Amino acid sequence: MKIIVDIKKRLGSGKRVFGLEAAFSSDKDVVVLFGPSGAGKTLTLQAIAGLVTPDAGRIVVGNRVLFDSSRRIRVPARRRDVGYVFQEYALFPHLSVARNISFGLKHGWSWRLPLQERLRLEEVLEIFELTRVQDSLPRDLSGGQRQRVGLARALIRRPKLLLLDEPFSALDALLRAKMRQELLRIKERFTIPVMLITHDPEDVAALAETLVVYDHGRVRQIMADTQEFAPEQLAVSLSSLIPAPSL
Amino acid sequence: MTIPLNLTPLWLTLKVAGVATLLSFLVGVVLAFLVARSRFWGREGLDSICTLPLVMPPTVLGYYLIVLIGRHGWLGRWLQETWGISLIFTWQGAALAAAVVSLPLIYKSARAAFEGVDPNLENAARTLGLSELGVFLRVSLPLAWGGIWAGAMMAFARAMGEFGATLMVAGNLPGKTQTLSIAVYDAFLAGNDQTATVLVVIISAVCLTILLVSGKIFKIRYL
Repeated sequence: MKIIVDIKKRLGSGKRVFGLEAAFSSDKDVVVLFGPSGAGKTLTLQAIAGLVTPDAGRIVVGNRVLFDSSRRIRVPARRRDVGYVFQEYALFPHLSVARNISFGLKHGWSWRLPLQERLRLEEVLEIFELTRVQDSLPRDLSGGQRQRVGLARALIRRPKLLLLDEPFSALDALLRAKMRQELLRIKERFTIPVMLITHDPEDVAALAETLVVYDHGRVRQIMADTQEFAPEQLAVSLSSLIPAPSL
Repeated sequence: MTIPLNLTPLWLTLKVAGVATLLSFLVGVVLAFLVARSRFWGREGLDSICTLPLVMPPTVLGYYLIVLIGRHGWLGRWLQETWGISLIFTWQGAALAAAVVSLPLIYKSARAAFEGVDPNLENAARTLGLSELGVFLRVSLPLAWGGIWAGAMMAFARAMGEFGATLMVAGNLPGKTQTLSIAVYDAFLAGNDQTATVLVVIISAVCLTILLVSGKIFKIRYL
């Protein structure tokens, strides 16, 4: 799916100003935003989801213009059909796993889910292996389970694009490798393009189809040749871009 | 020995404090959410005004209220001419005075509670298709509920003990506007020490109960 991002945003005031100027496009299924902390990756994701309004620019996902400052288009977050998995997953602590996942399904004031949506919930619980813990609160889940709830909650609404903010950073190394494979499996199963943030070269090697390298609020390079994404090669090609990379 | 016990002031006080808490709850929660979550011109000023009754003498507040809702006040005249209502020397007037005095207690704790809600949870709800009202009702309010409820309890206790503003707005009419705290003062002035003592014990017990209950029950923690 075609994704075009071309945005400018200034944050803060006085001497502490952060300026983001990011432009890239991709028609691949896995876009990875890579770079050090504070480079503007999360801000980019928030702009795509509609949680932050850029000062100027354009955001297009598929054939839909989500934001265009010159045409005064700004689709509100709730109508963007973009799934967002937050860094610490942002699960609703007062709701059970099942209610977290079905949160975006319920509309209007009715208490019970319509039959069709209830079946969908059961199917998704099954896919993410959460049926057994569906009545638990998020605080009683393991890290891997929490992440699956975050994914399930976003995907059950059948979004057009899935955004993931450092999806594996809260997991230990073993689980990280497993969840990478799981993410690829989910991407196929739900036939959805994915954009994710990471500063782990292993993620890049395992997942990236388009790589967007960030530094200090700028896009330094856009790479679409997967041959270059092996960790050793990546380290070489990035060392010239980012001073002292944390590899 | 029998104590001549007239419980009318107690029921009246509970009624006045109940209505006052309901009023300050609705106004306080909405204003707290606005100040906590949006940026608009006059936000700091609004915050100060909501906190002001905490530091101003109740008699001064009572005076302002009379200027506002009295026979010659603009709101009072409008109420009188349009609806034929006068709030001065009524229990409804007492409730309004108590609501103003107790507003900061619920406002402050509601604001702190809303500010304690992780903004990413509200953002998550937005990406899941909720309107701003939906975000408020299904995420912000339930998560801030513990703090809001504790604030409501404090507001109720404060409204029960209100004296100065209530006396100025509603006066001291036994059976009509004479609340517990005013009845204590009245009994004491009349040299009726036994009645005063009984009333003091009642009001102390009720206030203590409220504080104990609000401290015990509403420690809601999810994390």
